[in-house]
Amino acid sequence: MGKKRKTSEINSSSMADIAFLLLIFFLVTTSMSTSTGLARRLPPPLPPDMKVPPTDVNKRNIFVVKVNSQNQLMVQGELMEVRDLRQKAKEFIKNENNDPNLPVKSEVNIPLIGLMSITKDHVISLQNDVDTQYQAYINVQNELVAAYNELRNELAREKFGMAYEDLDEDQQKAVQAVYPQKISEAEPKNYGGVKK
Amino acid sequence: MAQIRKDKERETPALATSSLPDIIFMFLFFFMSVTTMKEVTFKVRVSPPMATEVQKLENKSLTRYVYVGKPMAQYTKAFGSETRIQLGDAFADVNELQEFIVSERSAMNENDQNLMTVSIKADKDTKMGIINDIKQSLRKAYALKIVYSANKRMTP
Repeated sequence: MGKKRKTSEINSSSMADIAFLLLIFFLVTTSMSTSTGLARRLPPPLPPDMKVPPTDVNKRNIFVVKVNSQNQLMVQGELMEVRDLRQKAKEFIKNENNDPNLPVKSEVNIPLIGLMSITKDHVISLQNDVDTQYQAYINVQNELVAAYNELRNELAREKFGMAYEDLDEDQQKAVQAVYPQKISEAEPKNYGGVKK
Repeated sequence: MAQIRKDKERETPALATSSLPDIIFMFLFFFMSVTTMKEVTFKVRVSPPMATEVQKLENKSLTRYVYVGKPMAQYTKAFGSETRIQLGDAFADVNELQEFIVSERSAMNENDQNLMTVSIKADKDTKMGIINDIKQSLRKAYALKIVYSANKRMTP
């Protein structure tokens, strides 16, 4: 019995099984879905003793979108379907033919693009009722964002020959300067439905 | 002369499995690194609205979530079936929101405090009244960067 005994190697055949087990655990718990959404910026709060300041924006500069409790849309005083909103908003923001009923255009010198006449004072005012469904509200927000995105894309293709997403940072800033996103979410009011 | 054909009955060699653990470990590490454990247990049912123009959330560690929806079935006895707000792991009231945001923000790194984003994860059937209340108290808490959580929809 004087033989030198070798320590037998650790049996590693179960290693794969253990690793598999862990793998399956992580597979199950993984949630790859990245959260997505519509990013917005809220206006800073008003001082408590102040009333809502009267809007001195010229009337032709405001694009009023109201959503009532039945999820119906009123755009600039007329009933409208959500799918028509994008086109209407684009016309408003762009004001291609310098229509006196659409926002005032002013000449602005923008780096990388040059002199552009833009509707820099336009505001899209989005008002909703307390009973408006969230999905309807998001639909409207979505269409408005889509209108801006389409306009920006058109301009990017025209000036730089690329989609807006493919531009570098300075170019994107320039395009943003031409079409600044101005969606104002007004203080809540009651439109239609039961008055409180 | 080397003997070329010695063994008549040649066996196919067993498949080499020695590298299998390595491969599996590689997978394992991949999934470990991409895994994000669920931060909260949902107490309200949220099926987010759909939209086409969604953006990806940039920085998850700077995002705080406000869940809005109807309580799950097991909570309806205690909390009713009306739309409720969930902050962190518990039900909350709108007037607790401001406090929640302030305390979450003060727990953050000073440089990141301005970058804090609040993601409103609301059910698509929620009424806007409660969303408006949330927005107003977020304004009061100076949490002005918000995201309306929505899922990507392909068809316009």
